[in-house]
Amino acid sequence: MSWEPVIGLEIHIQLATQTKIFSGASTAYGAAPNTQACAIDLGLPGVLPVLNEQAVRMTVKLGLALGAAIAPRSVFARKNYFYPDLPKGYQISQYELPVVGNGHLDIELDGGVTKRIGITRAHMEEDAGKSLHEGFAQVTAIDLNRAGTPLIEVVSEPDMHSAKEAVAYMKKLHSLVRYLEISDGNMQEGSFRCDANVSVRPLGDERLGTRTEVKNVNSFRFVERAINYEIQRQIELLEDGGAVVQETRLFDPARNETRPMRTKEEANDYRYFPDPDLLPIEIPPALIEEVRETLPELPDAKRERFMREYELDAYDSSVLTTSRAMADYFEVVAAQCADAKLAANWAMGELAAALNKAGLELAEAPISARMLGALLQRIKDNTLSGKIAKDVFEAMWNGEGEANAIIEQRGLVQLSDSSAIEAMIDEIIAANPDQVQQYRAGKEKLMGFFVGQVMKASKGQANPQVVNELLRKKL
Amino acid sequence: MHEKTIAELAGDLRSGALSSVELTQAYLGRIRRLDPGLNAFITVSEEQALTAAQAADAIRARGQGGPLTGIPIAHKDIFCTEGIKTSAGSRMLDNFTAPYDAHVVERLKATGTVMLGKTNMDEFAMGSSNETSFFGPVHNPWAAAAVPGGSSGGSAAAVAARLVPGATGTDTGGSIRQPAALCGISGLKPTYGRVSRYGMIAFASSLDQGGPMARTAEDLALLLEAMAGFDRRDSTCVDRPVPCYAAGLGAPLTELTIGLPKEYFGEGLDAQVGDLIHAAIDVLRRLGAQVKDISLPNTHLAVPVYYVIAPAEASSNLSRYDGARYGYRCREPRDLEDMYQRSRGEGFGAEVKRRIMIGTYVLSAGYYDAYYLKAQQVRRMIRDDFVRAFEQVDVILGPTAPTPAFDLGEKTSDPVQMYLSDIYTIAANLAGLPALSIPAGFAAGRPVGLQVIGNFFAEESLLNVGHRYQQETDWHVRVPPGYE
Repeated sequence: MSWEPVIGLEIHIQLATQTKIFSGASTAYGAAPNTQACAIDLGLPGVLPVLNEQAVRMTVKLGLALGAAIAPRSVFARKNYFYPDLPKGYQISQYELPVVGNGHLDIELDGGVTKRIGITRAHMEEDAGKSLHEGFAQVTAIDLNRAGTPLIEVVSEPDMHSAKEAVAYMKKLHSLVRYLEISDGNMQEGSFRCDANVSVRPLGDERLGTRTEVKNVNSFRFVERAINYEIQRQIELLEDGGAVVQETRLFDPARNETRPMRTKEEANDYRYFPDPDLLPIEIPPALIEEVRETLPELPDAKRERFMREYELDAYDSSVLTTSRAMADYFEVVAAQCADAKLAANWAMGELAAALNKAGLELAEAPISARMLGALLQRIKDNTLSGKIAKDVFEAMWNGEGEANAIIEQRGLVQLSDSSAIEAMIDEIIAANPDQVQQYRAGKEKLMGFFVGQVMKASKGQANPQVVNELLRKKL
Repeated sequence: MHEKTIAELAGDLRSGALSSVELTQAYLGRIRRLDPGLNAFITVSEEQALTAAQAADAIRARGQGGPLTGIPIAHKDIFCTEGIKTSAGSRMLDNFTAPYDAHVVERLKATGTVMLGKTNMDEFAMGSSNETSFFGPVHNPWAAAAVPGGSSGGSAAAVAARLVPGATGTDTGGSIRQPAALCGISGLKPTYGRVSRYGMIAFASSLDQGGPMARTAEDLALLLEAMAGFDRRDSTCVDRPVPCYAAGLGAPLTELTIGLPKEYFGEGLDAQVGDLIHAAIDVLRRLGAQVKDISLPNTHLAVPVYYVIAPAEASSNLSRYDGARYGYRCREPRDLEDMYQRSRGEGFGAEVKRRIMIGTYVLSAGYYDAYYLKAQQVRRMIRDDFVRAFEQVDVILGPTAPTPAFDLGEKTSDPVQMYLSDIYTIAANLAGLPALSIPAGFAAGRPVGLQVIGNFFAEESLLNVGHRYQQETDWHVRVPPGYE
């Protein structure tokens, strides 16, 4: 039997607000434990939450980018459960009335195919703290720095049918939130976390199979592996006549498998009810319009424009628009060197490779877009060959200065003056009569020898095109 | 000097006839002498009080300060007070010292009041008799065998016994008005949102409201003006100017129409209490007020609705008391589950546990619609009753409580009987309306309170009715025997 996997994702996005969703404490990552937890985050008696307006604007921004309806009135609800890292004994979340309703996100699949993934909803909520088990004998320690950090949970429809699609969706959403500048998307620090709902059904069946939820998978690679494992596990289970149990599972990257989480004897009843400490969030049309004004050009639109305006192919356009920073970088380089294809090749080639090798973000690159543009200008005006430009790039990367300064300092200017090159060729022809004779007798392979001699004589600076032309003429 | 009202003491302090230190020492002396028989205070903060009194005198000496500068007050132990134990009447918080001041405390501090201490209360404000306090019951100054009412019973008893001229209270279902009535003092529950709840330990967030307790409506006006006002730390607090409440006192009642809901004078009302309320209405009629019979048809639903909504919110509000970060923790917990169960089991008293269980039940899957959601719908109907009534009348009058103070222990084994003592007060909380209780006489030697319910933000009008009534009567100046 053929099986069809069905996948829906719940993605938690940490918002890049300065302060927490309901308190004035900082959200900065990495502070000493419990130094960024104020009375409100600690859930002291008598404290009350006050909604961070910035978090609302960011949520509206994401909603608009997902083409979703923004609820004019939405409500915070309390999700009640006991856990040591949940100071109030409830999490303030949204239940029946989320800020963001139905929307969609388009993903690109192999072969340039686009697929639309439905968004069920997106809601705001506060994060919990952290329980620390290591380094403490006999006890569990609690760090509440993260408690109250604003999150958006984006719930997709079960529209994905492979781990690849799920990863494409996750990457697209990741790219989107960074475009919108509502999250740093830092997956190692937990700013972008994914829970995957996975089920399988016989191909052609309408009915959904029993699903499992794989919790807290924090890298694209692990999501792909976790989903593939889960699909395989479920298929094997069903083919052996077993049944999938609806449960929450954890992915163990070390063993590359999912395992059921410790289940409580009873089902959780979160006793959701509207939080009486917070008024409903009213989002008037004027606010929506105000936020809409701040929307940047979104990845899909930018990709289309790159194809149209720069005549790049779909692949290059996709890669260059994955991040807003890269797209902006490319546009500066392209404008400066007036050759989009050249700019794209260098941005995706030399630059990306160097960043990758050094483990740097684009923003940390030692070569600015303007500097790279200046380098490529010198290729365009025939000052540098591509090969020498790479050396200059390396020198720039190592902090030796701007392209023009390096070129001057090293005397790297490409020699295109035909009379100078002609003089060199004449000398070489005179010094190598045997080879000249063989070439003229038909041994055309010797062309390489002559080019090499000229390049050597010019210390690599002769314009190879001019050398070729002149050699052919003289020989 | 303990016979004087806040307004009178303010005059003496202003004229220099009296210093705040003298006044504070006099009251602290009375607390030392008389509180052992009442148990109205959980904490007396003598040292801080004297420091604050000296500061107030210094301000007065510079010719500065307002009417409350140097006036001693007490805070119900539900308001967080920086550096001073804040227990909410519970073993759970017996070891809790608040690291910050509640908004109300901050405001009263800023006006120069001198806090003498923290008053006893029903545990987490859950009770109508002050018998659920971990720190023992409070006795009614008018009859030691009687309850002072609750949950702000400590504040009511302290004011009635002249241990302090004014105090704060909180009112979720009648917790300011009912003890004020039972102790023969005046108490005001403001409109929901008039006074910030920040730093006021939550019982039922959509019903809780802090307010003043004192001997006269005039004193309530002075205290309310200091307590009220916008606070952005409470999202449910309303941004609306605070009038000078005292300036509005004394206006004639000739334009006033009083509504008498027939539901407030029916079965369950003590006959003597009923007579006293009618006598009070006659006084107001003589002052020129019109009286009109009205109906609040959903009154009988107020108690059942309240006992769904308040416990539901409480069950969630009290989840933070888990033994993990502050407050009571059981000895040597075996594991997390054990720590939760025993800390809460040992830290909370029976009434609190009863309400947590009711609240947890009504919010549970499968019961939510039938209880919580239905109760919210009925709550709107009760509010609509009032909205319609205020189209015809300016204020609504009736008894504060169906009976005078009952005896300690009389109702502790019958929660439903206990809950019914708030039958006339609960509706104002459900609707969010302001309501006043003022002394209106005595039944069998125990005080009886007259309740005046007003439209949203009509505190001025309520206080004026109370003030004009108190100008005509002397119930509010009577002193409990032994506390002269």
